[in-house]
Amino acid sequence: MLRADLQLIQDWIAPNSSVLDLGCGDGMFLAHLQRTKQVKAMGLEIDAANILACINAGVNVLEQNMDKGLKNFGTNSFDTVVLAHTLQALHRPDEIVDEMLRVGKYGILTFPNFAYWRHRLALLRHGRMPKSKQLPYEWYDTPNLHHCTISDFDELCRSKNIQVLHRTVVDDHNQSSALMKMAPNWFGINAIYHLTR
Amino acid sequence: MMEPATKIIPADSVGLVTPQKLHFAEPLTLRSSRVLEQYDLMVETYGTLNADHSNAILICHALSGDHHAAGYYDANNPKEKPGWWDRCIGPGKPFDTNQFFVVCLNNLGGCAGSTGPSSIDPHTGKPFGPDFPIVTVRDWVNCQARLADRLGIQQWAAVAGGSLGGMQVMRWAISFPNRLRHALIIASAPKLSAQNIAFNEVARQSIMSDPDFHQGRYYDFNTYPQKGVMLARMVGHITYLSDTLLREKFGKSSINESNFGRDLRKGTLSFGFDVDFQIQSYLQYKGETFSKNFDANTYLLVTKTLDYFDPAVDYGGDLSKAFEPSQCKFLVVSFTSDWRFPPERSKEIVDNLLKAKKDVSYLEIEAAEGHDSFLLPIPRYMQALYAYMGRVANECNGNAGGQA
Repeated sequence: MLRADLQLIQDWIAPNSSVLDLGCGDGMFLAHLQRTKQVKAMGLEIDAANILACINAGVNVLEQNMDKGLKNFGTNSFDTVVLAHTLQALHRPDEIVDEMLRVGKYGILTFPNFAYWRHRLALLRHGRMPKSKQLPYEWYDTPNLHHCTISDFDELCRSKNIQVLHRTVVDDHNQSSALMKMAPNWFGINAIYHLTR
Repeated sequence: MMEPATKIIPADSVGLVTPQKLHFAEPLTLRSSRVLEQYDLMVETYGTLNADHSNAILICHALSGDHHAAGYYDANNPKEKPGWWDRCIGPGKPFDTNQFFVVCLNNLGGCAGSTGPSSIDPHTGKPFGPDFPIVTVRDWVNCQARLADRLGIQQWAAVAGGSLGGMQVMRWAISFPNRLRHALIIASAPKLSAQNIAFNEVARQSIMSDPDFHQGRYYDFNTYPQKGVMLARMVGHITYLSDTLLREKFGKSSINESNFGRDLRKGTLSFGFDVDFQIQSYLQYKGETFSKNFDANTYLLVTKTLDYFDPAVDYGGDLSKAFEPSQCKFLVVSFTSDWRFPPERSKEIVDNLLKAKKDVSYLEIEAAEGHDSFLLPIPRYMQALYAYMGRVANECNGNAGGQA
């Protein structure tokens, strides 16, 4: 069973296309795409257990830290580059977005929306860094270095002249609602973007 | 304690094995344009070739290896060490002999039974010595292809090797793209660095400056440049290990305060040029043991084979173009403390495979043991080999050849 956000983004991936997954985890998403869409898949990963899982799943995986760049990948060498729930943990999210859209013709990117109303309320009421199901860490041990909001990311895309092909805003169960469509930056928990230059 | 009269062979060993010498009468034109009219190859095989001949694995050896990759020769010698990659080849091991037919040979120019400098030149009735042609990785792989023909193997399920063995794997993928489905390139490099060649040159000079070398005709003088080979191996051996490993082995014990953390052999400095430190006697022992069993001319030749390896030369220096015809999938593995062929060299291979749009996986294994790591049972490395070869085995059992 695929993680629900991955269920949503697979519709944006064309059959027989090539996919580079940055932080591909155990490779299940790429294995699924290989099986159902015959994509040519490649994953980047730094966790040893995940890398082993990818090999077991028959998914190409490179032990490579994307925080050190994607220089070894040629321009437009993939149709789609995926970055799922990792953007906020990178040292320079803006640079990786540029790199994704250099290496891939399309980028698919997901991140937790820091401006979700419960986060706002938690900060307002308690004056402390919000914690939630998506953001379970303490401020000192969180891997998340650069939290951003949907409005922040929209602004980044505008400033870089990145075209947003689709933007889906969903809750924990990857369901959308009228409220989320009306005021995504208040009610969206997770944001999913489909980008191109 | 009494030693058992016959040794107990572990259950996951291929057991007792017998090499076979295969004669090839068809002339082989070498990279140097010289022709070897006929030659022998020493070969060992483990496991059984399946009905459609789809489960064959070729193991390529490195500088000092040979055809004896796994198992034992002598049931009565409890001290005998198994073949050089016994940790990886056997029933239930990564190269699982219950699943695969594993082939390993002593390369041409070797000194373990295949035709080489110490073999008799049929034209003169004397050993070839320095007249034996310099052979390249390409020549080796051409021979290996003839061996595959002889064994009825049209396509290897996988070709695997570490170090110089990995270079043969690359050459297979480039020269015979239809004849392998998987390439395992471990602790290798796309070509030698200037530093690598420099170390090889020290090794060659050590051998050639030994008074017993006689321009490589030492066989005629009934002598052997053992001191030279020993020195060559000592310098080589340093490059196979890491500083960290040597510190662990030799830098820790302190017998008294005067050794400053260095491992003294007798607990006190000699203030002479004798062996003071454990590392000295260790290296000398390693060099000496090796020099008793290895032909000096083969050592010279194989260091040249290493120096000459560069598959990109035919493609204007662009390795990715060399890999373009390759159809196999690649697994590339490096080890963090390997300073002979460090991870950056493996990444060069990977980046060129990416550029050529090949299927490749890459692992950088944390290990303190230096270049020699590829021979050692490092858990993460073993797990990766198990996983990868498990997939290869499934392909052989399911749809052989269909995955490539």
